[in-house]
Amino acid sequence: MNRLRARRALFWGSLLLALLLMLVPLPVALLPLKPYWPALVLLYWTLEAPEHVSIGLAFVVGLGADVFDGALLGEQALRLTVLVFLALRFRSRLRFFPMWQQALAVLALLLNDRVLLLAVRLFAGDPWPPAAYWLAPFAGALLWPFVFLLLDDLRARLRVRDG
Amino acid sequence: MVLSRDGSTSLFSDSPAGTLRLLMYIALAAVLMVLDHRNGWLQQARYASALVIEPVYRLAGLPSAGVEAARTAFADRSRLIEDNRRLREALLIANARLNRMAAVDQQNQRLKRLLDVQRTLGMNAQLARVIDIDLDPFRHRIVLNAGRRQGVRPGQAVIDARGIVGQVVEALPDTSVVLLITDPSHAIPVTVARTGLRAIADGSAAGDRLELPNVPISADLRVGDQLLSSGLGGRFPAGFPVGTVTAVRPDRSGMYARAWARPAADLGRVGEVLLLRDLADPVGPPAPAPASGPPASLKPAAAAPAASRSAGAAP
Repeated sequence: MNRLRARRALFWGSLLLALLLMLVPLPVALLPLKPYWPALVLLYWTLEAPEHVSIGLAFVVGLGADVFDGALLGEQALRLTVLVFLALRFRSRLRFFPMWQQALAVLALLLNDRVLLLAVRLFAGDPWPPAAYWLAPFAGALLWPFVFLLLDDLRARLRVRDG
Repeated sequence: MVLSRDGSTSLFSDSPAGTLRLLMYIALAAVLMVLDHRNGWLQQARYASALVIEPVYRLAGLPSAGVEAARTAFADRSRLIEDNRRLREALLIANARLNRMAAVDQQNQRLKRLLDVQRTLGMNAQLARVIDIDLDPFRHRIVLNAGRRQGVRPGQAVIDARGIVGQVVEALPDTSVVLLITDPSHAIPVTVARTGLRAIADGSAAGDRLELPNVPISADLRVGDQLLSSGLGGRFPAGFPVGTVTAVRPDRSGMYARAWARPAADLGRVGEVLLLRDLADPVGPPAPAPASGPPASLKPAAAAPAASRSAGAAP
């Protein structure tokens, strides 16, 4: 019972932390490199605990991110929904990739996410973004192994301590 | 190559139900976006959930506030003394200038009374601190630590010591969001200080500069020209520095010139800004002239002639 609660706390805590990290600033030079944290954390839980993750959850997390971000209601909900759908669909294959291939797959997913965001923004009348706009997915893919190992380690610790 | 498509744990599982759900959520998100774009639901949702949002903003701003505090705490003494000396000098110069300005201001008031001009802009400003959080690197907005409860209203102009920073677009109870003048969706009416040429300075996607599209090609605009706010449109007070022209080039059609400018204000995410309390007077078309003629009470019964006319027109 306790273990279940701890795992649930880790699950929701990591999602909330991702939303918070989304707002934490970086130095101006590194600003375009800021990875899309909610996507990375959701991807981890999609791959490792798909019984907790659904498209609906992605939608709700995205709505939360939209309310924090204040740009356009539904924008991140759309992005995260598509991301989680793709990840759920290819989950069985993604799980058995070695880490570097997994990182490449994450890169593809994040680039797809950027394209989606671009489509939404252009549709809303924003101008074409500068080239630095495409850097964030690469930073995200480079960080993916660390995010994955960190969350995996935390999860394993909970299991050892309580089981 | 056909693996078990019907198996529950198939490698290539693809249930039509999942796709359907995805389409449903996408449609829902699209509807939300369109409705929000038209009705501004998000701002209402944000205002309602401000109790959650504002502490999170403060929390997210903590790391950089901590870095700033540490920098001050561990700065060496000589640098602090140096800073102090510099600030004293700046204060002295500013005070001297202020004294002269007071005299000019009095003279100005007197002349205005002579000319019977009533429109003056009282400089009633409120200091606010920038909360260093990053909403989106490709949208140029900053968050301030003053909100509706401190009297902030959407539309207020935001300035710093060097020039115009932007305008308040959203006021939560204790926080407000400012759209910077460099945001691609922002435009500010300016005049060139040297010639009085009027133009509109847009933000740019690149973010660190302003763009003046559609300047007449014959206009006298040179690199180094100061741009001041013109006060047209009534959103920004007139006469504040906006930027310095850095480049002027004819555009592709050759009919207009296009100029770029560096913003005068420090648009970083750290520091303090001033919120101007009094909104500038809106400058627009004059109010419609009052209806002249005999008072309405003397108006003859309008129904009779109208009825007779329509009766005449019927056959």
